[in-house]
Amino acid sequence: MSRTFVGMPTFPVAAREAVADTQLRRNLGHATATIRARRTAAVGEVDDWEALRVKGAQAKDRVLADLDTYLLQLEARLTEAGATVHWARDAAEANAIVVAIAKDRIADDPTPEVVKVKSMATQEIGLNEALEAAGIHAWETDLAELIVQLGDDLPSHILVPAIHRNRAEVREIFRREMVTVGRPAPDDLTDEPARLAEAARLHLREKFLRAKVAVSGANFAVAETGTLVVVESEGNGRMCLTLPDTLISVVGIEKLIPTWEDLAVFMELLPRSSTGERMNPYTSMWTGVTSTDGRPDGPQDVHVVLVDNGRTTVLADVVGRHALRCIRCSACLNVCPVYERVGGHAYGSVYPGPIGAVLGPQLRGRQGALEQSLPYASTLCGACFDACPVRIEIPELLVHLRTKVVDDHRGGVPTPEAAARKAGAFTFTKASRLEKAQRAATAAGRLLGRRTHLTRLPWPLSAWSEARDAPAPPTENFRQWWARTRAGDAGDERGPQGEGQ
Amino acid sequence: MTVQGGVPDTSEARAAILERVRAALSAKGTHYPRTDSPEGRPSDIPAPAGTTHAVTELFVERVEDYRATVVRCPSTGLGAALAAALGEASSVVVPAGFGTDVPGQLLRERDVADVHAVEGIDAVVTTAALAIAETGTIVLDHGPGQGRRGLSLLPDLHVCVVRADQVVLTVPEAVTALRPSVMAGRPLTWVSGPSATSDIELDRVEGVHGPRTLCVVLVE
Amino acid sequence: MRVALFATCFNDTMWPSTPRAVVTLLERLGCRVDFPRAQTCCGQMFTNTGYAAESVPLVRSFVDVFGEFDAVVVPSGSCTGSVREQHAGLARRAGDQGLERAVEQLTPRVHELSEFLVDVLGVVDVGAYFPHRVTYHPTCHSLRMIRVGDRPLRLLRAVRGIDLVELPSAEECCGFGGTFAMKNPDVSVAMGSDKARHVRETRAEVLVAGDNSCLAHVGGLLSRQRAGVRPLHLAEVLASTENAPFTPEGVR
Ligand code: SF4
Repeated sequence: MSRTFVGMPTFPVAAREAVADTQLRRNLGHATATIRARRTAAVGEVDDWEALRVKGAQAKDRVLADLDTYLLQLEARLTEAGATVHWARDAAEANAIVVAIAKDRIADDPTPEVVKVKSMATQEIGLNEALEAAGIHAWETDLAELIVQLGDDLPSHILVPAIHRNRAEVREIFRREMVTVGRPAPDDLTDEPARLAEAARLHLREKFLRAKVAVSGANFAVAETGTLVVVESEGNGRMCLTLPDTLISVVGIEKLIPTWEDLAVFMELLPRSSTGERMNPYTSMWTGVTSTDGRPDGPQDVHVVLVDNGRTTVLADVVGRHALRCIRCSACLNVCPVYERVGGHAYGSVYPGPIGAVLGPQLRGRQGALEQSLPYASTLCGACFDACPVRIEIPELLVHLRTKVVDDHRGGVPTPEAAARKAGAFTFTKASRLEKAQRAATAAGRLLGRRTHLTRLPWPLSAWSEARDAPAPPTENFRQWWARTRAGDAGDERGPQGEGQ
Repeated sequence: MTVQGGVPDTSEARAAILERVRAALSAKGTHYPRTDSPEGRPSDIPAPAGTTHAVTELFVERVEDYRATVVRCPSTGLGAALAAALGEASSVVVPAGFGTDVPGQLLRERDVADVHAVEGIDAVVTTAALAIAETGTIVLDHGPGQGRRGLSLLPDLHVCVVRADQVVLTVPEAVTALRPSVMAGRPLTWVSGPSATSDIELDRVEGVHGPRTLCVVLVE
Repeated sequence: MRVALFATCFNDTMWPSTPRAVVTLLERLGCRVDFPRAQTCCGQMFTNTGYAAESVPLVRSFVDVFGEFDAVVVPSGSCTGSVREQHAGLARRAGDQGLERAVEQLTPRVHELSEFLVDVLGVVDVGAYFPHRVTYHPTCHSLRMIRVGDRPLRLLRAVRGIDLVELPSAEECCGFGGTFAMKNPDVSVAMGSDKARHVRETRAEVLVAGDNSCLAHVGGLLSRQRAGVRPLHLAEVLASTENAPFTPEGVR
């Protein structure tokens, strides 16, 4: 349970390996096709889906535009409701807070442990590793997270972190690893998903009943009421949120929504976009310390850790900040043709796919070679924008980040690409210069005679011709044809007067 | 960060984050929002007829879609319906304020000090705060008849009694109706079918940690 | 109506048969077409690789060259998108308000070919004849950036003699993506192979699209496989008639 994304190569390098992994391609192709079809059906049922998307985007924009006010409101409501609110500037602070609370509650236990509900924020900050370092076991209880944790693997999808594994691989992991950390897998375990799910049920039940501390994230935090919301399927969330004495919820500061009524929009957008269901099996909503009809109900020691960890930097970029609308539904991953073929690991963080390509370089900065390669890990096909329930313009954000990457390098020694781009821009600014360059192409075309295709090009164009033929340049370009056949036409009067004609 | 009595003091981080947020929000610049959208898809949801009847029919259809069972009965037949719904279950936990007699070997909520004690009980019966037709959802606000949250979580069978007049059509209607419960500090549990997972090959399997069987008794 | 053809630098240099077909087609439909020779490039390849500053002079030149026309016709969904969706932002980024205004005045008059035919000229049957088995790939930028919808298909369905077959998973990206094809060649080719497979499944002899760049990518893969499928721009199908049918030797 010590693997991290640290030291990952750039996207194209990692991707080359991934596209060659036949099992991965098959697993991902099957899984994404299944979920895409489900999402399309669930979304197609709603006749005002577009209006809902707009409402979702607006609610998030409202929160972001007055984030300080909403954060204070949330803190006040939570405090009134008996919760303790903590603030963390970065991952280290957030981890230290959780570790300090957990240690205080369970340090004297023979085997100090916490149970965890799947949470992107805790993965982002590397909480499990921090707890481990403090001698506390953190048990992931979501089935896919359990598969990743037992397999000493890395998550590759926001919603289904083990999407890259098939049933046979899962069975192997369960049979091999469950016994090392608790109740072993049944002897007669098959690779049927139902049997595998049952094995997880049996394995985790004792942990749920025993745990004194649970750690969760939150899908939404309602500023107006102080209510936290966890959306899930399996019931592991309900277990963690109700059975232990202490509950620590790690919440990114962008998870807020303004009012209780706004929640309705997201309860429609999220399940349909995420799992492609009309509604997910279980959603828990709680406000601080809760009791029902005078009886304590659920954890009575409730903590909320509000985490920045780069989010305010994202907020400071007026274009980039739209990524903070993200509700982590993973629809953009599922429709992304690049993700479908490469999987999540190549993105080098817990946020893979299109949203990872824009969030990664924003949250972590653009210093690393991997981060610089991420904005280019897209064809800008736009499928992600169409699927995104909160209308994040991911293609535009990618281009915006590409511009930043290029601008970061201005002033120094230009890369070959930058030099080529500059020369290209110079050529294109004047038609006369373009015409001169084009003459070289048609001359080459004439030289090639009757050949219509080129099969081998010199570097760097070899990246193209390795697998693709290239068209041979024509013997006469359009502009030459126009001049030859339409001389004296109106078009010519508008030509670049006196410029190299 | 200092820690006192197990509670860290993060007031410095708090001030810093709020300051960063305010600085970020004063950043200048413009963004061009896209105004276009994919072409709308027609809905296949039957237009709500506005009658309770159409709404409950839709609710039943949608609950059954999750592979949960629905038992429909008149209010006079509730006892028999509960007996049918509980089937083989030999032990049943009954929340405080559950107004109907339940057959079988009962564990009363008042006798449950710690919800962990419910582990091993076969079934739970509850009422609900309301239900949502479009999504086939029942919502518990854990008021009388619904029990503390753990009661409807640990048993393997959850039988939930819903009155037809508690079924609203849409999610927004439900959220609006639930406001008083939230303002009163009550937790909410939304349940749509039995616990499920799609974590293995995106293949949906019913029954993981929560009740593997959900039976909705609809009283008409 | 003064109609200008924006041939696009790529077509002008590498695929002259496409803008030539546009001229033939529009003239047949009664338009008088200008080709302002000062035109160069919309700047997309610079913008999308991160060279926004380098694109700004191209935005300026585009406005200068095409500003006075009633309509600008572009045989590329991608370049149309670049003008309509990116030029204003580039002008704004450069802090040039005059340019931004000029862009905003011009862009509503910039039309991708199928949009111009269907929306401006109001024709669906352009009198074309093309007796071949054809499948159509909607390129991403025509589909999701400028949203031409089913206009190209409506135009193709009205072509006499055509045997139009549906492309499986048509809306999925072919993997070209401009600089992506070079920076991420492995993923690009993986995507293109799937597209090529779908094309072959249709048993079409001609693959039609509204962007020659995507056609070069998929066509290059099909050619390497000796698949016997010809990539062809929509304009060239629509320009073909009984009297002047399409011939592969047309241009070279
Ligand atoms: S970017 Fe949009 S589609 Fe992608 S995970 Fe976030 S909310 Fe979902």
